[in-house]
Amino acid sequence: MPYQFTVSPDFSPEHLPGWYIFNTWLQRRSNEAIHLELYDSFQKLGSAIEADQVDLIYANPFDAAVLVRKKGFLPLVKAAGVSDEAIIAVHGDYPALDIGDLSSGIKVALPEAPDVSMIGMMLLEAGDLNAGNIRALMCDSYILIAKQLLQGNVDVGVFFAEAYDDLSNITKSKLKVLVRSQISVIHHTLMIGPKLASRRDDIQHSLVTMNQDEKGKHVVKSLGFDAWVTVEDEEMEFMIDLMDALAI
Amino acid sequence: MMHDMEVKDIVGDYKETILNLYGGLRRVVLYTEIETPYPDGKLIVSTTDITGVITHVNKAFVEMSAYTEDELIGSPHSILRHPDMPAVAFKDLWDTVNRGEHWQGFVKNLRKDGGYYWVKATVIPNIRQGKVVSYTSVRRKPSRIKVNECITLYPTL
Ligand SMILES: Cc1cc2nc3c(=O)[nH]c(=O)nc-3n(C[C@H](O)[C@H](O)[C@H](O)COP(=O)(O)O)c2cc1C
Repeated sequence: MPYQFTVSPDFSPEHLPGWYIFNTWLQRRSNEAIHLELYDSFQKLGSAIEADQVDLIYANPFDAAVLVRKKGFLPLVKAAGVSDEAIIAVHGDYPALDIGDLSSGIKVALPEAPDVSMIGMMLLEAGDLNAGNIRALMCDSYILIAKQLLQGNVDVGVFFAEAYDDLSNITKSKLKVLVRSQISVIHHTLMIGPKLASRRDDIQHSLVTMNQDEKGKHVVKSLGFDAWVTVEDEEMEFMIDLMDALAI
Repeated sequence: MMHDMEVKDIVGDYKETILNLYGGLRRVVLYTEIETPYPDGKLIVSTTDITGVITHVNKAFVEMSAYTEDELIGSPHSILRHPDMPAVAFKDLWDTVNRGEHWQGFVKNLRKDGGYYWVKATVIPNIRQGKVVSYTSVRRKPSRIKVNECITLYPTL
């Protein structure tokens, strides 16, 4: 039975080939059979985690608590210089300049990514908005959220900041950012499960040094960043505590 | 270490009072009516040991408190205690986290320069290997409506 590797369903579609290339690299480096299994929803991923069908995962911070505290996963690495941030945006003509100008009853387009949604709701809370007094519209992609804003179907859109930055300049020129989070300590993490725990140190070492040769550098670039950096156990625990504090 | 506040650090007209803190500690505080708005999009984070002495602060914490990181680390968290905050709020905070639960509330904090800032705070116990090893407070921007409710409510407590 190969080990099962998965990537949180919120990966950006343009990096899909990159994850397959990375999986191949990982198999060669670790000398283990590793199968990349992708789930198309957080629900399906959750069931797979619950059923112990995951051995390696590039995890959304939202899933970190269950993985570490219930399933015995350990952190390996995170993408260098990358953190999970949210942006609250409106149509350029929308009569609001900050969160305090928004009123209850507004329609909000939210992404499936649970961490971005949570940070977005936390930012909206400063304007006395919460799940009880907004109308939420869940959207499959950030392009779709932008579309809903441009077509005037929703008042507010919640974006993964990086995805917002990647929208076309034409689209961005018609939108207005009300707030961008600057949390910097919430991030996706590559984690290793109990069945592979004995390989943690050497796999972690391979990952943090992979940008030191041309081949490895190319592979990590195909994931959309420059290098992996170590995540210590306590950093992981602290991020989980922080997510806990923000979830209420 | 926490010291009495000093006139040289204060910006603007101030009032003076003495706070009676936990463990018989007394502190002269000088405070003004100048509010610093909460920084948009940021979290203000600090960690204390189990007695409430600060062990870690993030950059936003340092900026908002107007103290240096060196002044904050090793000081009791009551270095931010504002005289307008009712003592029962902090009793409730400590009773709650001592039960291992999360505490949430709106807090008016005192800056080194005598000014103040409002936050919505969530205090949680950090549990490692089944033991509470420290506490962390994560603060976010409060809504103006909630702050105004507290401004009316807190003097009555
Ligand atoms: C993690 C943590 C964060 C705290 N943050 C604050 C704070 O920002 N401002 C504050 O006045 N008290 C804060 N407190 C409460 C103080 O420890 C203290 O109880 C309070 O300032 C009142 O002082 P006293 O208990 O000496 O009367 C915090 C406590 C903990 C455990």
